[in-house]
Amino acid sequence: MSYDYKVLRKISAKFTVLTLILFSFSFSKGQTIPTDDAVISAGKALFENNCTQCHGVSDDVVVGPGLKGVHARRPLPWLIKWIKNSTLLINSGDAYANEIYNKFGKTQMQSFDFKDAEIISIVAYIKSESEKVPVVAAAAVPQGGGGVQQVSSNDGVSNNFILVLFVLVLVIILIVLVLILSIITKYLNSSTNISDIDKEVIESKFDLSAVYNSKAFKGIATFAFILVIGKACLDGLVGIGISQGYAPTQPIAFSHKLHAGEYKIGCNYCHTGVYKSKSASIPSANICMNCHNAIKQESPEIQKIYKAISTGRPIEWVRVHNLPDLANFNHATHAKVGGIECQQCHGPIETMEVVQQYSPLTMGWCINCHRETAVNGKDNHYYDALMAAHTKSQDGNAVKEPMKVKDIGGLECSKCHY
Amino acid sequence: MSLTNKTYWRGLEELEQSPEFVKNAKQEFPDFLPSESENGGHYRRDFLKMMGFGVAAATLAACETPVRKAIPYLNKPEDVDATIPNYYASTYAEGGDYCSIIVKTREGRPIKIEGNKNSSISKGAISARVAASVLSLYDKERFRNPVIEGKKSSWEDLDSQLGKSLSEVSSAGKPIKIVTNTVLSISLQQAINEFIAKFPTASHVVYDSISSSAMLAANGKSFNVNSLPSYDFSKANVIVSFGADFLGTWLSPIQFTKDYSVNRKVSKDKKTMSRHYQFETTMSLTGANADFRTAIKPSQELSFVIALHNSIATSLGGTQISGAASVDTKMIKSASTDLINAKGKSLVISSSNVLATQLIINNINQMLGNYDSTISISNPSNFKKGSETTISSLLTGDAGAVIFIGCNPIYDFAKGKELKSALSKVAVRVAISDRPSETSSICNFIAPDNHFLESWSDANPSEGKYSICQPTISSLFSTRQSIESLNRWSGGMMDAFSYVQYVWRVNVFPKQSEITSFQLFWDKAQYNGVFELPSSNSSLPYTFDASSIASAVSISKSTNELEFSLYEKVGMGNGSQANNPWLQEFPEPITKSTWDNYICVSKSLAKEKSLEQGDRVKLTSKNGISLVLPILIQPGQAANTVSIALGYGRENAGKVANGIGANAYPLISILDGFASFSGTCTLEKTGENSPIAQTQTHQTMMSRPIVQEASLSDYIKDPYAGRFRPMIKTNEGEKKPEDISIWDTKGLQTHNYNNHFWGLAIDLNSCTGCGSCVISCQAENNVPVVGKQEVINRREMHWIRIDRYYSSDNKEDKSIAGFTTMEDPSENPQVVFQPVMCQHCNNAPCETVCPVLATTHSTEGLNQMTYNRCVGTRYCANNCPYKVRRFNWFSYYTNEKFSGINPAHDSRENEGLGKMVLNPDVTVRARGVMEKCSMCVQRIQSGKLAAKIEKRRPIDGEIETACSSSCPSDAIIFGDMNDPESRITKLLSDTNKERAYHLLEEINVKPSVSYLSKIRNV
Repeated sequence: MSYDYKVLRKISAKFTVLTLILFSFSFSKGQTIPTDDAVISAGKALFENNCTQCHGVSDDVVVGPGLKGVHARRPLPWLIKWIKNSTLLINSGDAYANEIYNKFGKTQMQSFDFKDAEIISIVAYIKSESEKVPVVAAAAVPQGGGGVQQVSSNDGVSNNFILVLFVLVLVIILIVLVLILSIITKYLNSSTNISDIDKEVIESKFDLSAVYNSKAFKGIATFAFILVIGKACLDGLVGIGISQGYAPTQPIAFSHKLHAGEYKIGCNYCHTGVYKSKSASIPSANICMNCHNAIKQESPEIQKIYKAISTGRPIEWVRVHNLPDLANFNHATHAKVGGIECQQCHGPIETMEVVQQYSPLTMGWCINCHRETAVNGKDNHYYDALMAAHTKSQDGNAVKEPMKVKDIGGLECSKCHY
Repeated sequence: MSLTNKTYWRGLEELEQSPEFVKNAKQEFPDFLPSESENGGHYRRDFLKMMGFGVAAATLAACETPVRKAIPYLNKPEDVDATIPNYYASTYAEGGDYCSIIVKTREGRPIKIEGNKNSSISKGAISARVAASVLSLYDKERFRNPVIEGKKSSWEDLDSQLGKSLSEVSSAGKPIKIVTNTVLSISLQQAINEFIAKFPTASHVVYDSISSSAMLAANGKSFNVNSLPSYDFSKANVIVSFGADFLGTWLSPIQFTKDYSVNRKVSKDKKTMSRHYQFETTMSLTGANADFRTAIKPSQELSFVIALHNSIATSLGGTQISGAASVDTKMIKSASTDLINAKGKSLVISSSNVLATQLIINNINQMLGNYDSTISISNPSNFKKGSETTISSLLTGDAGAVIFIGCNPIYDFAKGKELKSALSKVAVRVAISDRPSETSSICNFIAPDNHFLESWSDANPSEGKYSICQPTISSLFSTRQSIESLNRWSGGMMDAFSYVQYVWRVNVFPKQSEITSFQLFWDKAQYNGVFELPSSNSSLPYTFDASSIASAVSISKSTNELEFSLYEKVGMGNGSQANNPWLQEFPEPITKSTWDNYICVSKSLAKEKSLEQGDRVKLTSKNGISLVLPILIQPGQAANTVSIALGYGRENAGKVANGIGANAYPLISILDGFASFSGTCTLEKTGENSPIAQTQTHQTMMSRPIVQEASLSDYIKDPYAGRFRPMIKTNEGEKKPEDISIWDTKGLQTHNYNNHFWGLAIDLNSCTGCGSCVISCQAENNVPVVGKQEVINRREMHWIRIDRYYSSDNKEDKSIAGFTTMEDPSENPQVVFQPVMCQHCNNAPCETVCPVLATTHSTEGLNQMTYNRCVGTRYCANNCPYKVRRFNWFSYYTNEKFSGINPAHDSRENEGLGKMVLNPDVTVRARGVMEKCSMCVQRIQSGKLAAKIEKRRPIDGEIETACSSSCPSDAIIFGDMNDPESRITKLLSDTNKERAYHLLEEINVKPSVSYLSKIRNV
């Protein structure tokens, strides 16, 4: 462990030098790009919500150019102008702007109504990302040298070791007992002054068929069999209508892994209703066209969207998540007010090539979450009085429980059924 | 076969005609299943085997998850998001009613109509008819395409053929008549004017099914203004109405109810209210709300009006009118005293269509100085501009062409029958209508119109008040708006949208100078739904000639003959929306009857003719028109009179309305050019009987203090006046009900409402019983329609009912015989309306008896009903003291029996069109479950979510239930009783705490619904 630490420190030291060089490079352009973590994370949020549809922080082209190192390529005032209104910059005759515009098939970049500080935070994020990439690559080197893996699996091994040891001891005890038994039998057989009855006992063999034919065994076996069958039947019946793992083939082989995973497009870019309405909503074809009017037009899958638009027949996606009509689930309540990540119910959607139903979507599953989840009441004045009342009710308790959804009526019928 | 001499055969059997062949040839399907039933025994076993297999197969099939599709938009409109409703301001102007509305649409489908608070006329209120009109949009029987001579056609063919016919008629110099009801739309009026300019022989005929032509003529004589005045009931401290049902049907009931209720509310800070006298024949909604009601015969009306006039004239020094028959003047005297005391702040109105009566009414108001205070003739309203004389000109049949726009004179004009035969002589008959009618059935061109929810239009209900009607859905069928059709035939090529904009640019935009850009002006008006100019009063010269009415007085002497009067029902109106099942099943506020019309008779008349309720009688008017209807014994009906509702007996309105009741329009006679809605008649028993489907038949409270009322004077003395405050006798002395309980009232099981505590407060003083809430609730909560027989079986499904109580004079005798006499309606009883929905008891008796916990209590004070858990034991309904739970006896949405009437019904026949009106936020309940008012929990949930997203508490008034939002008299107040600033908290704990009570307080079920006692100004 200490060895690792040393290596990492050496590497980080090397890269501190590298970043300093990069810094001085950007300073030479006369601009200050903040390195504050808060600014970078604000920039990250903005970038993911607004830019990932067309840009990545790499050298790869998505729709627009890859933005790795853009802070070094262009001065900050130019970037601010460009992001705010690229058309204005192009029309002003800026050579670089025109070059970019022509290079990317005269596709105009959308104008963004950002404040300067917001743009600077995005650039700060790009900058930090651009510089991170070599760090990751470099960090891979000592991994090859070994040493890391041993440490990480330490805990699991110790548990298994105890188990194996325990079994080993038991086996040894068993062997010792058998040995003792055979020694005693031999001794008794060799001795002559024992009665016939005792001899019978010594010579008796263990009869398996007698056990097998005994009433008790038959009874127990039948009972166990019925239990197993009954359990299987019950599980089967309970499982009716639960389509966990349901992954139907969709009319268009859309990959969440590619869009959400690799290109990191935010969920609400396409699922526009998720923060404001009951339904997160399946994106309409015009949302696909925001990007695909420029990229991968020739793909047979994308051609299906073009066909849908030209024929005027909407794409008939197969619904993966089917809640019964009598249950009202509201995305906005959970994602916006509750601040729950999409993945909590939908699973690692960013790794799914074909979307599947991750959660059982049963009432028990809903209720359980309402029992365990604390209300996201921070800074939300709706909950002020409720929070105060809850805190008061917890006054005498040794362990303070946070206010759960169940404490404010989250288990009531007409929260979902009406 | 015998053309050749050959015989064709397929086999020997056929040729030989063997008995086996002959037998099989007669059977379409072979008899494969061996039937062993002849020798008995096996048949039942086979049946069970088949059944067993069938059940197993069905179970296995059900295991497979059905593949469900999710189909997004191709190109999502920017402001439409799935599951988020959109609201559009628009205008309802049908059948003479006007209302500025907000239409709620979900995924592009209009599903609910709310009131628009921006309008100074309807002020955010709606009526039952307005609320129900959204269902008419999805009426599968609407016209779907243009029709020429009964054959489906196209717009191109219709335009070219009709254009040819019209120019032929025009060049031959023959008149073209455009027939409409009163046109409130300035754009449609402009289109008609342009059509007339194109075809010089054309003229515009305006009539109204329920005419106010005498009032127009009277105002013409008195003020030289041929319009109806506008009224302000909120300024009137004393109201005297002769037959005008201004809260239910007269002119602009939504507006009048809103204004009237302002001056009927009392509280700690306002201990005054208006006093209302009503003189009428049958019990109307307005009469039921009056402080003093006098039942008069129609022929006595003029005499009563003259008596009032003379009484006021004596005090204020005006001209006396002589010649009237003597009447009982007790009530007239007290009315005139009150009117004189409230001089300038009073109002006298009459719905009479007799010129003399209206002239005298004008003179009374003039003497009392009510003009420019409660009545404004300088800001006239544009309702009821029709006249009977112009439409009578059609009876000659000499027109070359006639175009009916949205009107149905063959059904609703007194001389419809004559009109029908006269029209057979007219070559070109055009109907512009969105649905079939008696008139469209005789037309050879049908140019289907859009429903108003699909239309661009406007309305100008009164001087300086304009409102825009914008479409909330694109046309469902191949229909075209009347404005567009007329424009096309006049040679124009404008669509309705550009036409309305053009009319507004020319006629409305210049009336203001605030906004200089028309586009900005239009956008603002469209967003607000209305554009209103400030009104200014200016005195007009007034003339009154007492001698001119002397002749009228002499002919209207009261007789002893049986008289009839015709009236409109609050739900059905003039019958133009008759094919709307919501309105057919809407319980009439007074009689509580559904799906029928009938002859209202007084108890004494029924006794005299030995008639029972439901007996069918034949009524024959003096001019020989007869109709057969069942009778209904109506308390408060004037002696020796009968009353019949208009709007029934439709023959060509559609599956829902056809054949219900009888058409009373032919009973209207035209005297001196004015339609008369009364006359003399005879009654004859037919010996038949047909039951009337009433939702509330009992007329006693069995002496339980369910309704609590007091007089204003008592209330001023003691705010607790009329309140029943029960005390329970115990061994520890008398106790309040809330102090003794079988429920744990202090321990852990008590409900703690830390967050919200929702409640309703219902002011019995404001509630007029109009029933707007009933239909609003039906639309919001997907309440099924059950039909007449099911109502008779007492299985109506409305979640909110309005109990109507007649007060009986007999209060002392509490023996069984005493109760029986309390069932007897008195001749002129007082009436109380009480809306009752689930009371959301905090000690709910239903919750404790449910064996499956399908009905439980929430932490916000709601009594929750979980349909998917309910197994239908109906214990809860049995244990409910308020009888507000409704059981689903049928799958109304799949059962063929309800296919014609139930909007949720989906089958191939109606293509699920009616289903489009359903609110997707509310479950459509299945057979075998209990349902009831949820206090619009879906609205509470969405209101709370909006607040949570904005990180704040909900604001009072932001969340409204369907009933409270539609109430035109603000009688139903919904709110959070935990919020100290909410209206309901202030009402119940401060301004009206003395009047607040719960139903059946003595049983201590602690309802969340409170009532405020009724106060009468007597």
